[in-house]
Amino acid sequence: MKKTYWKKNIRYITILLSLWFVVSFGCGILFVEQLNTIQIGGFKLGFWFAQQGSIFGFVAIIFTYIYLMNKLDQTQNK
Amino acid sequence: MELQYWIWIAVGLSFSLYIGIAIWSRAGSTKEFYVAGGGVHPIANGMATAADWMSAASFISMAGIISFGGYDGSVYLMGWTGGYVLLALLLAPYLRKFGKFTVPDFIGDRYYSNTARSVAVFCALIVSFTYIAGQMRGVGVVFSRYLEVDIVTGVLIGMGIVLFYAVLGGMKGITYTQVAQYCVLIFAFMVPAIYISFLVTGNVIPQLGFGSSGADGVYLLDKLDGLHRELGFHEYTSGSKSMLDVFCITMALMVGTAGLPHVIVRFFTVKKVSDARKSAGWALLFIAILYTTAPAIAVFSRTNLIETVSNQPYEDMPEWFDKWETTGLLGFTDKNEDGLIQYTAEPTTNELTVDADIMVLANPEIAQLPNWVIALLAAGALAAALSTAAGLLLVISSAVSHDLLKKMVMPNISDKGELIAARIAATGAVCLAGYFGINPPGFVAATVALAFGLAASSFFPAILLGIFSKRINKEGAISGMLVGVTLMLFYMLKFKFGWFGGGTKADWWFGISPEGFGSIAMIANFVVTLIISSKTPAPSKDIQELVANIRKP
Repeated sequence: MKKTYWKKNIRYITILLSLWFVVSFGCGILFVEQLNTIQIGGFKLGFWFAQQGSIFGFVAIIFTYIYLMNKLDQTQNK
Repeated sequence: MELQYWIWIAVGLSFSLYIGIAIWSRAGSTKEFYVAGGGVHPIANGMATAADWMSAASFISMAGIISFGGYDGSVYLMGWTGGYVLLALLLAPYLRKFGKFTVPDFIGDRYYSNTARSVAVFCALIVSFTYIAGQMRGVGVVFSRYLEVDIVTGVLIGMGIVLFYAVLGGMKGITYTQVAQYCVLIFAFMVPAIYISFLVTGNVIPQLGFGSSGADGVYLLDKLDGLHRELGFHEYTSGSKSMLDVFCITMALMVGTAGLPHVIVRFFTVKKVSDARKSAGWALLFIAILYTTAPAIAVFSRTNLIETVSNQPYEDMPEWFDKWETTGLLGFTDKNEDGLIQYTAEPTTNELTVDADIMVLANPEIAQLPNWVIALLAAGALAAALSTAAGLLLVISSAVSHDLLKKMVMPNISDKGELIAARIAATGAVCLAGYFGINPPGFVAATVALAFGLAASSFFPAILLGIFSKRINKEGAISGMLVGVTLMLFYMLKFKFGWFGGGTKADWWFGISPEGFGSIAMIANFVVTLIISSKTPAPSKDIQELVANIRKP
């Protein structure tokens, strides 16, 4: 029982941290030039990720983790 | 009403609020003093963390720095928010489950060694002191700028207030004043931002106004890129730093954030493990409100500034230009004596010098907002500086009274005795911080990067591996921390202070700046810890059980 809890936790962390890497280091730094060729409204996309999108992404990632872990905790208590 | 009256009212009201809270929330035990009794609501803790985290620099300087750096400023935006993801996913819940008072507590217990504890105390003290000196200075600067008292008086008033609620209330007093301070500072930051966004783009949400077009129908960012090209600056939306350096600085700031003791300790104050996760989420949300607004302000004020001054006659400058010129934040020398202001990237022809702080401080005047908004801004800047100073103060006092005294020197000290020691340590720390605020050592600005680099290269690997590996032992962790910190100090002293032969940008290892070097030192720490641990015996069964236990919900 305990083993699967920890394993699931690690899986959630791995997936969410990959997303964390993609929205900030990926879109905001490594591929910023390629994304800057795409313009949405007044924003070049890479620049938007670096100064806005990544931060929204971070908030979403943490709240997703809170949701997933609360659900996982509940299955433990049963 | 006169501006000066408004400022005294705003500052006076906010200060009496903080004092009132301090009296209401006196600490009666060490548990209340160190971790506010451990029963803080996650949303309240989120606000307190946000106020703790956002310093005078975030409030006053960040928008200006981004404004001058353009894309280069992104390192601060991503670096100082992304760390919360690491905190929420990798550190906060487990440290809360561990359930002690301080970061050295965890390091000392997990690595069953007072040597490890001492190294952690040493790092916590260095990191916190470099930080707090800057905060007290910030308090002095805000006072002197708005209340027309000199910096020394300003620092002394600030010290008095912090002393009162930190010594009386400990973490409990600090937490609830920080909640109030968050409300003051975010209100003070957002009101001018919303107003200016509406003025420039017709959109009341700065985050959207950022990507909108001005009255002439041209997108703001496109216009700004154009202006920058004309004046010879690098394009606003693309940077001047190398990609590798941007990567390393962002990483060092993120990991440093997650390793800063005054941030970590906030997660000891909530009731349950799930609350620690929740409050990290709320904290980041509250921080994100300011951090997504700052780059918008940066663009509005940058465009505003260039359009107002560039190639315009000096005679026609608005009133605020004269006012800020007398403070020294704006400077104009008419090099070619044509009476026009030439603002260019080329230092030989550039005639205008602008201090980054002006972008936030002068905003209300540039946008011609009423006096009470300016007063609010003063109260907000003070709230930002005081809340961060108080949080750091608590780390310093608990490192002395708890980690040094109780855990190493006098294990038999009573709870009451420890509480007295904590209060004395806090008083001593305030005085020392005040001294550095009045006589700032020249290295304050340079050492902020050092604080993050140190936190990244010392605490983060030790805590992370301590949770996610049962195999890491004290030999590995101690040598890892020492290698990380030494390497970071060496690089910093070499390239920032000119020791060990000094060096210029051309000599940077792999082209990485001292600000970004924390990432490399952190990797060195990880590698050393893993290798040494694998060559030395595994920790005892008790320790492995401790680790298994903190992983349970």
